[in-house]
Amino acid sequence: MAGVAIEGLSVTYDGVDRSVDALTSLDLTIADGEPVAIIGPSGCGKSTLLLAIAGLVAPAAGRVSVGGRSVEGPRLHTALILQDFGLLPWKTVAHNAALGLEIRRVPAPERERRVAEALERVGLAEFAHAYPAELSGGMRQRLALARALALEADLLLMDEPLSALDALTREDLQGLLLSVWRQRAHTSLLVTHSIEEAVFLGRRVVVLTPRPGRVAAVVENPRQGDEGFRDTPAFYERCAELRALLAAEGAFDDRALTEAE
Amino acid sequence: MGGLTRRVLGYASASLLLLVGWHLVAVLIDSPALPGPVPALAAFGRLFAATLLPEVLVSGWRVAISMAIGTALAVPLGLVIGRSPRLDAVCGPLIFLTYPVPKIVFLPVLLVLLGIGSLSKITLITLIVFFQILVTARDAARGIPAASVLSVRSLGADRWQVFRHVVVPAALPDVFTALRISTGTAIAVLFFTESIAGTDGIGYYIIDAWSRLAYTDMFAGIVAMALLGVVLYEALEVAEARICRWARVGR
Repeated sequence: MAGVAIEGLSVTYDGVDRSVDALTSLDLTIADGEPVAIIGPSGCGKSTLLLAIAGLVAPAAGRVSVGGRSVEGPRLHTALILQDFGLLPWKTVAHNAALGLEIRRVPAPERERRVAEALERVGLAEFAHAYPAELSGGMRQRLALARALALEADLLLMDEPLSALDALTREDLQGLLLSVWRQRAHTSLLVTHSIEEAVFLGRRVVVLTPRPGRVAAVVENPRQGDEGFRDTPAFYERCAELRALLAAEGAFDDRALTEAE
Repeated sequence: MGGLTRRVLGYASASLLLLVGWHLVAVLIDSPALPGPVPALAAFGRLFAATLLPEVLVSGWRVAISMAIGTALAVPLGLVIGRSPRLDAVCGPLIFLTYPVPKIVFLPVLLVLLGIGSLSKITLITLIVFFQILVTARDAARGIPAASVLSVRSLGADRWQVFRHVVVPAALPDVFTALRISTGTAIAVLFFTESIAGTDGIGYYIIDAWSRLAYTDMFAGIVAMALLGVVLYEALEVAEARICRWARVGR
C-alpha cells in the first residue's frame, strides 16, 4: 500500500542571505495505485515536493506520510527518477540498475534476477555491460526506469523525467511509462512541464501556484489510460482546460512553460 | 591490440625525434659536457645492469613509496573535507595557507631531524605529493553534481555508501590526473634530495659522475632517471585505464 497523504506541508530552504519558502501549507492526497501529474510555473516547488515525499527534504511544518506511515527518511519501496536520470557514469547499465538493491543489501543472486527482468522489461537487456555514456538519451531514461522496476517500487516519483528528450522518443517513453503503470499499478507522481504529458499520464492533474507552491486546482482526468486517448477530442479539451488554468496562475507570463510536442 | 601498437609506435617515433634533436644540439655545442646520444647510450648499455639498475631501483622505490603514502593520506582526507562544509571551513584556510609554501625548503630541517638516508627523502616527497593530491581531491569532491548524490541517497544510501558509490569514483579521474602531474614534481624533488645528501640513488649517481667529470656516465644516469619517470607515468596511465574505464567511453 503506497497511498500518499500530505497535510499542511511547508518547506523552507536556506538562501544566501534569507530563507526561501518553497512550499507553504500544501495539502494533497493520492490514493494507492493512482497516477497523478503535477504541473505549475517554473520554480513553484514541484521538485521540492517530490524530495519531501522521498524523505530527502525535511518539512518546516506539516507532515508527509506514505502507506499510512510518516516519512522520516528514504523509504524502501519509493523510487525517485530525477530530471537528469540520476545515473552514475562510472557504473555499467546492469550495475546502475542494481544500485538500489545493492544499497539495500539484497543478496546477489536475487539482485541479478531482478535486474535482468527489469532490463528486459525496458528493452535494455543487450546493453547490460555498456556505460551510460554509450546510451542515447531515451535509453538512459529507460535505465532510470529499470532501476525503479528492479526495486519493485510501489511509489514512483518522477521529476520531469522526459524533459531532455526529443519529441518522438518522448512519446515512446510516455507509452512505456503508461504500460508499466498498467501492468504494476504502482502509485505514480509525475512532475512535468508539458501539458500533454500531464494529461496523458495523470488520472488527476494537480496545478500548483507560483512560489511558494500550494495546490491551485485539481483537474479530474478519468479517461486517462484509455486506448487511443491521445487522439480523442476529450484529450484536447482536457489540455485546453489545463492551459487556461495555468494561464490564470501566470505560468505563461515569463514563458516559463514549454509546450512540448 | 591496435591501441598498444599505436602507443609503441608513438613512443618510438617520439624517442627518435628526441634523439635526433639531442644529436644536433650536441654537434652544435660541441662540448665534452654534452655528449651526443651515441656515446651516452653506449655508456648506458655498459653501465645499466651493474651500476645504474641498483641505483634506479633505490630511487624508484623512494618515489613510489612516497607517492603511495601521500595518496593514501591525501585522497580520503581531501574527499572528506570537500564533502563537509563544516570541516572545509576549518581546513580550507589551512590548506590555502600551507599549499603555496615551497615544502622543499624544509629539506635542511628534515636532514637534521631524520638523517641523510631514505627517511628524510621519502618524507619530503610525500609531503609535496600529499598537498598536490589533497587540493585536487578536495576540489573534485566539491564539484560532484548534487543529482548524483541525491539519486543515491534516495535509494537509501548512508554516508559511507554515498562515498563508495559516488564520491570516490567521481573523484578518481581527477586524482589520477594530479598523480600524473605530481610524478614530474616527485622525481625532480627526488633528484634534489639525492644530490644534496646521501650516498645512493640515481640522483646521487648523476652528481657523482658530474664531479668525476665523467660526462658520458652522467648522461647515462640522466637517461636512466628519465626512464624512471616514463615508467612511473605509464604505470599510472595503465592503472587509470583499468580503474576509470568508464571515463574513456563515449569520447
